[in-house]
Amino acid sequence: MQGPTTPDGVETDLPLRRGFADNYGINSPFPDEMVKPDRTLRPHWREFVSLLDELKPGEFGHRRDLARRLIHQNGVTHNVYGDPNGLDRPWILDFIPLLIAGAHWDAISEGLVQRARLLDRLLADLYGPADTIYSGVLPPELLWSNPGFLRPCHGIRLPRGRWLHLYSADLVRNETGGFEVMSDRTQAPSGAGYTLENRIVMSRAIPSIFRQCQVQRLAPFFVSLRETLTELAPANHENPRIVLFTPGPYNETYFEHSFLARYLGYALVQGNDLTVRDTIVYMKTLGGLQRVDVILRRVDDNFCDPLELLPDSYLGVPGLLQAVRRGNVAVANAIGCGVLQAPGFLPFLPAVCRYLLGEELKLPSVQTWWCGQPDILEFVVQHLSEMVVKSAYPTLGEDPVFGQNLTREELSTLERKIRKRPANYVAQKQMMSCTTPALIGEDVEPRRFVIRSYLSAYGDSYTVMNGGLSRITQSNDTLVVSLQKGGRSKDTWILSEGPVSPVTLLPPTTQPIAISRGGSDLPSRLAEDLYWLGRYLERTDTQARLARGTIARMVDQTGIDSAHAVQVLASAGRSKPLLSMGAELEREFIESLMGKTKSDGLRGSVSNLHRLARVLRDTISTDAWRILQEIYRAVFNFRPGATEPMSGLLELLDQLVVTLSAFAGLASESMTRGQAWRFLDMGRRIERAAFGTLFLQATLVEPDADPVLLEAVLEIGDSSLTYRRRYLTHLEPHAIADLLLADDTNPRSVAFQLALLDQHLAALPRDLAHPDRNYDQRLLLKLRTSIQLADFVELCSVGAGRERAEFDALLSGVLEQIAQLSEAIAQLYFSHAIVSQEISGVREDHP
Amino acid sequence: MKYRITHSTRYGYDEAIPLSHNVVRMRPREHATQTCLQYQMLVLPGPTVKNEGFDYFGNHVTWFSLQEPHTVLRIAAESEVEVHPSGPYDIGKGLSWEQAAQLLAIAPDREILAAREFVFESAHVPWSAELAEFARISFPAARPFLACLLDLTERIHRDFKFLAGSTEIDTPVEEVFHSHQGVCQDFAHLEICCLRSLGFAARYVSGYLVTSPPPGKERLAGADASHAWVSVFVPGTGWVEFDPTNGVMPSDGHITLARGRDYDDVGPSRGILIGGQSHWMDVSVDVVPMESA
Repeated sequence: MQGPTTPDGVETDLPLRRGFADNYGINSPFPDEMVKPDRTLRPHWREFVSLLDELKPGEFGHRRDLARRLIHQNGVTHNVYGDPNGLDRPWILDFIPLLIAGAHWDAISEGLVQRARLLDRLLADLYGPADTIYSGVLPPELLWSNPGFLRPCHGIRLPRGRWLHLYSADLVRNETGGFEVMSDRTQAPSGAGYTLENRIVMSRAIPSIFRQCQVQRLAPFFVSLRETLTELAPANHENPRIVLFTPGPYNETYFEHSFLARYLGYALVQGNDLTVRDTIVYMKTLGGLQRVDVILRRVDDNFCDPLELLPDSYLGVPGLLQAVRRGNVAVANAIGCGVLQAPGFLPFLPAVCRYLLGEELKLPSVQTWWCGQPDILEFVVQHLSEMVVKSAYPTLGEDPVFGQNLTREELSTLERKIRKRPANYVAQKQMMSCTTPALIGEDVEPRRFVIRSYLSAYGDSYTVMNGGLSRITQSNDTLVVSLQKGGRSKDTWILSEGPVSPVTLLPPTTQPIAISRGGSDLPSRLAEDLYWLGRYLERTDTQARLARGTIARMVDQTGIDSAHAVQVLASAGRSKPLLSMGAELEREFIESLMGKTKSDGLRGSVSNLHRLARVLRDTISTDAWRILQEIYRAVFNFRPGATEPMSGLLELLDQLVVTLSAFAGLASESMTRGQAWRFLDMGRRIERAAFGTLFLQATLVEPDADPVLLEAVLEIGDSSLTYRRRYLTHLEPHAIADLLLADDTNPRSVAFQLALLDQHLAALPRDLAHPDRNYDQRLLLKLRTSIQLADFVELCSVGAGRERAEFDALLSGVLEQIAQLSEAIAQLYFSHAIVSQEISGVREDHP
Repeated sequence: MKYRITHSTRYGYDEAIPLSHNVVRMRPREHATQTCLQYQMLVLPGPTVKNEGFDYFGNHVTWFSLQEPHTVLRIAAESEVEVHPSGPYDIGKGLSWEQAAQLLAIAPDREILAAREFVFESAHVPWSAELAEFARISFPAARPFLACLLDLTERIHRDFKFLAGSTEIDTPVEEVFHSHQGVCQDFAHLEICCLRSLGFAARYVSGYLVTSPPPGKERLAGADASHAWVSVFVPGTGWVEFDPTNGVMPSDGHITLARGRDYDDVGPSRGILIGGQSHWMDVSVDVVPMESA
């Protein structure tokens, strides 16, 4: 051991530099992972601690900040319910990993595998003959009054008879050093994706320390999960379609769903993306319905199928259960597995293990008492102040109550509550669990922790992830580590005795996969989201350009009178013109653009961009995602300075225009020209055409456009250079109108956008059985013709005192038709958005 | 007695529905005193997919999906059922309610243990101290269990007023208890609640009843509707039925369609439509004794 501590914890004279473990947890009453009671380091921490201590001064802080930055850049977030600012709360990763010796972990793994096998057999029994109930091993309440027991799932026959494919256990270490299971996650365990993300960040923040500590890899777990899911497919064994079924972007762990979907290479789908026909599950895509073979679900049991389970669930897929029953699709975990998340089962697992497996339970549960038995109830009531009382069934949704925090009066209230429905409660003894070092501010302090471990079914048994999601408590008074309540996470390092061999996620190549250049399997919902992403990108861009051009003229000090131009530009595209002048106009302008309540301002567009980016997290590239994050941060963190508000804003707008062109460049350089790109681009084109038309209407219809305004129109329309090449400095409204509206060689003109839209529409899949379903193309043809036929010299000529009324009418017509075109596209390609409704039964009305 | 039953349901939608999934329970059950001689279910327009099976409670289930646009859905279930009288029960004899309660609690055999599933709370039937207190009047010390049950059934019949439309499907049973009015479904839930709150096993039965026409008048077709009553587990005897709406013990005039913990388990039809704004439905049930048909 290096570092300047002595075993008795007294500082030696002249330490050169403070060591990482110095003074650590001197007054902590808890046993600790890193130091023994005599305060010497445990052997498996020595290498890590000495490597940290060898870092140059300042390096430690630098690495820690790098880890924070990586989390930020990768957009790792989780959503917190019931908090208006709770969406996308950044993930907090503690910089010090939890270290576990390989040999110790092997013993735990063995216990975990047995537990997974046991719970799987128990599920098969409860949803089958229920021998454990009839032979008296389990009290009947635990099944029959368990809200998690879904009777429609009873008797379903599953591939290999397996119910549990993904299992997770929350582990705590007790005071004697053994691990115990605090709770079992059998429904749709979360956190494996965050675990992976934590690992990626840590191994990039301290790569050499990570390498030298010989940390075991996480990948084998994911490899076995993938193989298991592939094997589950009832059809298409070579190349089954596997989807990750998410409740959607408002779910607590949506980030993880999209992250895992990308990592595993599965499509991320919501209930609305799937449909059941002929008792087969299909994904709705642009190219039609595509059969789904396996569903990895993150939707809770009861929400999976509104037809047979919770009827008002909008997250589910009507008919899914029947598709499962018929063996046409496999769902992992099987629907109904949540029944075992009830802590009421914990006290009975040793007996169930002997009964079902003929083995002793290797990995114990935290000591738990189920109050449904009279003698146990009396025991619990007598020791209530030392207990943590929980619902026997988690679906009842009550928070755990800590007896030690209650007054005598509160204790007797609790006792009455338990006595009313004893079977609905369990009690656990408050335990003296271990601590592990955590970085709290600048200090290393002991914190209590829970490890969430993960297992994936593999062959006839299970593979344990060599690692896990460790979470630490906010303070040491409690063992509640809910990330909902502000806890933080840690990477978990299982140390290997020897060198660690790398693993790849690429599947073993037994057969080369068929080359495919399609892309018609884009889910319709994604097509719609991409289309709107394109529209909001363009809207943000045009808003930024327009505002930039306006502000440049507001702050113009060259002496030319630009007041009229400023007024027109500031009001362009608004339903209500801004009528004030000077400083008041500037203030109003900033407010309308950046105001928090202005949904049609820049903030509104950018928050829509942000929302779409979140939904499309698994569809767009990581770089594209980062660009969108950057835009969001720049706009939402912007505070106009008190003295020179305009210059700060101008800088922001400049930056926005540049960042957005980076996104456009990325899209044109690195997106394959498939359906995803097409819909993104269609969105851009529609928006650009609409804005171009609206802008001309705001500026050129009025007859007294002065040169300052005309100049600005060309600049904001990004066509000054072209214009000057053609007409030199002679500014004429009809020439400008021609260039910006009708010239299909100008990439900024309305006609150019429409020409591209025409190409896109021609390339989309069409239902040939319904030849009348091309009204989008007919609309577009009409639109293009009306622009081509326009005579701008005549339209822009002004009679005595008249406005350019016909020009105005033309532009209004174009705008209306663009809106119709957008509607038509939505109807033809996004019509999946139809929602379902429940009809139910007859009411018995007989006397 | 033999009966011919026609149970038709029609749904209409304001616009064409491209896809609907349905679960239907309309085939009468079979048990010791009831045989289903014939059954067929017709769906119009013809469903694209149709599967049959049994649910957790042993009720016959048909799943079907319509995958072509439709604005009207008709489900017509026709069955012929033979019902034998149950009993006779010697009401004044047999084990006392205390003995029944004790046997249920210790569950010495598989049959009694299985019955325990119907002691617990369910969606429409929570345990209630108030209803237990109401019920206890029918359970004086040492009274034979069957006598207690019939007394409770008669009390509900006497004290509560049948009033069509006075409640909704999800009106809580305690509200029915306080308002003293409801329909047969509410009274079934109410009696089940009374019994479960005292620790007895009771289940919900849905089915049909033949109403005798007033003397000299024709039976009105379609006047009959589906009915609901309860079935109580009596250790040593088995499940015995009581009809709190009419204050009687069903015999061969009650035709059992389905059984479960409460209404949620036995609803005759349930569907999910994709699309559509609103719908209407009408139901008619026709139960004709076959001798007079």
